[in-house]
Amino acid sequence: MRGELPKWVDYGLLPLVNLVVAFLIAGVVVLLIGENPMTAAYLLARGAFGSGYGLGYTLFYATTFIFTGLAVAVAFHAGLFNIGGEGQAYIGGLGVGLACLSFDTLLPWWLTFPIAIGAAALFGAAWAFIPAILQAKRGSHTVITTIMFNFIAAAVMVYLLAGPLQKSATLGPRTRDFAEGAHLPKLDWLFSPVGIELGSSPLNISFLLALLMGVLVWVLIWRMRFGYEIRTQGTNPTAARYAGISETKIILAAMTLSGALAGMMALNPVMGDQSRLQLEFTEGAGFVGIAVALMGRSHPVGIVPAAILFGALYQGGAELAFDMPNITRDMIVLIQGLVILFAGALEHMFRPAMVRFFAPVAPRVRAAATGDTG
Amino acid sequence: MDTILQLLDLSVRSAVPLLLAALAGLYSERSGVFDIGLEGKMLAAAFFAAAAAAVTGSAWLGLLAGIGASVVLALVHGFASITNRGNQIVSGVAINFIAAGLTALLGNSWFSQGGRTPQLFAGQRFNPIDLPLADTLASVPLVGQFYSQVVSGHNLIAYVAFLMVPFTWWVLFRTRFGLRLRAVGENPAAVDTAGISVTWARYRAVIVCGVLCGFAGAYLSIGLQAGYVKDMTAGRGFIALAALIFAKWRPVAVMWACLLFGFLGAIEIRYQGVALPMVGVLPVQLVQALPYILTVVLLAGFIGRAIPPRAGGIPYVKER
Repeated sequence: MRGELPKWVDYGLLPLVNLVVAFLIAGVVVLLIGENPMTAAYLLARGAFGSGYGLGYTLFYATTFIFTGLAVAVAFHAGLFNIGGEGQAYIGGLGVGLACLSFDTLLPWWLTFPIAIGAAALFGAAWAFIPAILQAKRGSHTVITTIMFNFIAAAVMVYLLAGPLQKSATLGPRTRDFAEGAHLPKLDWLFSPVGIELGSSPLNISFLLALLMGVLVWVLIWRMRFGYEIRTQGTNPTAARYAGISETKIILAAMTLSGALAGMMALNPVMGDQSRLQLEFTEGAGFVGIAVALMGRSHPVGIVPAAILFGALYQGGAELAFDMPNITRDMIVLIQGLVILFAGALEHMFRPAMVRFFAPVAPRVRAAATGDTG
Repeated sequence: MDTILQLLDLSVRSAVPLLLAALAGLYSERSGVFDIGLEGKMLAAAFFAAAAAAVTGSAWLGLLAGIGASVVLALVHGFASITNRGNQIVSGVAINFIAAGLTALLGNSWFSQGGRTPQLFAGQRFNPIDLPLADTLASVPLVGQFYSQVVSGHNLIAYVAFLMVPFTWWVLFRTRFGLRLRAVGENPAAVDTAGISVTWARYRAVIVCGVLCGFAGAYLSIGLQAGYVKDMTAGRGFIALAALIFAKWRPVAVMWACLLFGFLGAIEIRYQGVALPMVGVLPVQLVQALPYILTVVLLAGFIGRAIPPRAGGIPYVKER
């Protein structure tokens, strides 16, 4: 089932084929609605990349998705499925909010930022730690517990924002606006020299933090002994046990790391854009992370472009909804679902054909009976 | 007394979609196919049921359309997780998103009411049924009142839901189909050795799951309400999943779990912002989160042990 493929096929062509199929189906839906798919695709691309402002928004959304994509990927490597990114990001936002509300009038942004990063990571990690310890010690499956924790997180946040943290009843469930000391700087200094004007788009310094996290995740997973242990546990738990790798340790570490990355996602919208903590700032980014990680094959080098692609879909989709009112932003949700289906659940569908096609150039062909359960 | 009866009546109404969806999940998961796509299938069913009922003017055609949409998604899940041996959780997540996106898009473009379907009239939906003697017995204290206010006055789908409980028990534990269904969920290799197709057994379970999710969705949009509103399932598929685990994958226990979670839902609706004696104002969010918290506590093994079907989530690979 899982013959070897050249790396560029496995990491490049196969995700591309999956993506193309997902887009073809989305195109059929556009036809059903009675619009021209080609025009829609053009408008979408123009909205996402056609202006500095559009590009700024695309990268702003991409920032969020890099964090959540990395979060899902780290858990994947340990053989765990963290569907709780949404809840961890939400609670991470609580950490960011509390840090900002405490220090925004006292410190400049470059001191508030590291505190907020720490708080975001800590809160997100804590929210992932409970399902992790329940899995490690009591055997309750993280898939179910993290789903439940998403809903519990939503309830907690509504309770806090409509209660203790609410500034005034008239403004609704949200905190006060942060002062200057908790505003993240925009990235105009980086893009203006190359002639791109970002305009009023909220692209901010957390984009660079997201890229840095991508590098750190790569170092951890592929260049460190501990990452090797995580991957061993993920691909072959039995071998890991024989090698003396502690399953408990790996589950706890991978899940808290995953939660910390998901929590850091909150920095981007809360500190970088809205400058206050409000309801549902995550906008489903935790779930987009699943699609991003699957498309990016759980590797930072794949996750960053996949995140930019979804960023483009979000920004371009908003512009498209403006030009073609029939195609609402729900189109993105559909495409997201199709990408998860084809790049994730149906990943084996095109694989055998690819293996057959590339068999002559494959690096090495494994015997059929290596006990690979696929 | 009246307040309690009203609360119980509301609990039953909230429990019906949970019960249908949880029983749907029961068939699928007992056969070894995990399904976190209950929510998506319910949502698609709710939309297509309301859309078809609005266009054709028939509640029955609506129900049929709802079931059809749900079964199609169930087959996608089956194709991904049985035929292609994909990750069942990933497939379930995908189905939830596809349903959410597709219903909103089509609803918006077909009816131009921001994702709603047109308001349905009495003939286009399943109306409450008064059981025989409901009026006569209404004056009998306790039993009669309970009968006329809580048991009577629900629509057809609600009664189907409760009849499905003993029926499901019978199918699972007293028929050959049920035995095989449970067997492929526990030890597919043994079933395969006996010359029975694991694939076909699992597909049948997944299709039954689709049919029941279809009922659940239709109950919402053409039973309880008179039309579809965007995102109308509002997480009920996940509460149903929680109920299924809470009931440890057993049909009768599923009913009690759904009634409990339905009761919590009823309290949430009735007592939002109302100060109760001794408790004070109830934090609605706590009541909302309670089904999830209870399930996590159960999963942690603090109240009994929830052991899923042994082959659940594992694609079956025939030895060659």
